Amino acid sequence: MGACPTLPPYGHFLGISVEEGPLFRMPFGIAVTGRPHFVHGGALAGLLEIAAVGTVMEALRGEAGARVKPINVTVDFMRGGRERDTFAAATVLRLGNRIANVEAFAWQEERTKLIASARMTLMVRRAAGAGEE
Amino acid sequence: MTQSTPPGTPADFDPVLVTRMVSAFGHNGALGTRYVAHGADWIELALDYRAELVGDEETGVLASGPIIALMDMATSLATWIRRGRFEPQATLDLRVDYLRGAIPERTVIGHGECYRVTRRIAFVRGFAHDGDPDDPIAHVAGTFMMTGAA
Repeated sequence: MGACPTLPPYGHFLGISVEEGPLFRMPFGIAVTGRPHFVHGGALAGLLEIAAVGTVMEALRGEAGARVKPINVTVDFMRGGRERDTFAAATVLRLGNRIANVEAFAWQEERTKLIASARMTLMVRRAAGAGEE
Repeated sequence: MTQSTPPGTPADFDPVLVTRMVSAFGHNGALGTRYVAHGADWIELALDYRAELVGDEETGVLASGPIIALMDMATSLATWIRRGRFEPQATLDLRVDYLRGAIPERTVIGHGECYRVTRRIAFVRGFAHDGDPDDPIAHVAGTFMMTGAA
């Protein structure tokens, strides 16, 4: 787990674990259930945000004192999440000195069959001169 | 969110009862959302501060995820209040602007409003605050699609 980002308490609340990649996994359970037999949209959004923030933190790894704060998020729900593991991964489109633009994707059986996606803008605070800009 | 709830006539839709029902189960139950107030096309729910919902351990600020879940539930209930009946629906999209972090220990209030409905789509907006509605912590906008036969 050394190479994986650490999760906030809310990540543990959702039952999320992190694998190499980083790849985020959220098992189905009562705490993430919306209407019966389906994953709650809020829990899905939470997973996507954890993936987005975790992936940015991973990209900032090694930079002492680097922090991120969410500015906004837009979540698209494409399919209902069924009673099985949900996976999420994120792509950092741009990592600047002040702003990170990230896209996160969630799926279940197949990575190409998305159940939800999110576009997130984050405020980044990092040591001077560490970014590209 | 609650497709198991039996469809009702306008007079049957009781936001207090429905909030209590959906708050007793699953993710909403785990979050502990509860009813505060409602009007003709809006509802307010409360989410009490809990350490396990924190997104930043250093500051103790709530994660953004529980705010989304709260607003998803509030805006969803607002569509049924405006329509005067329950209808199965799915969230199409939800955008949240995080204006500032919620102050640790404070209860977050989520105000969801449905400002327009068509036959298949409901348009919603809302905001969340932690004590002062004039100093919100988040703004949201989104759409829902009716998934029942129409």
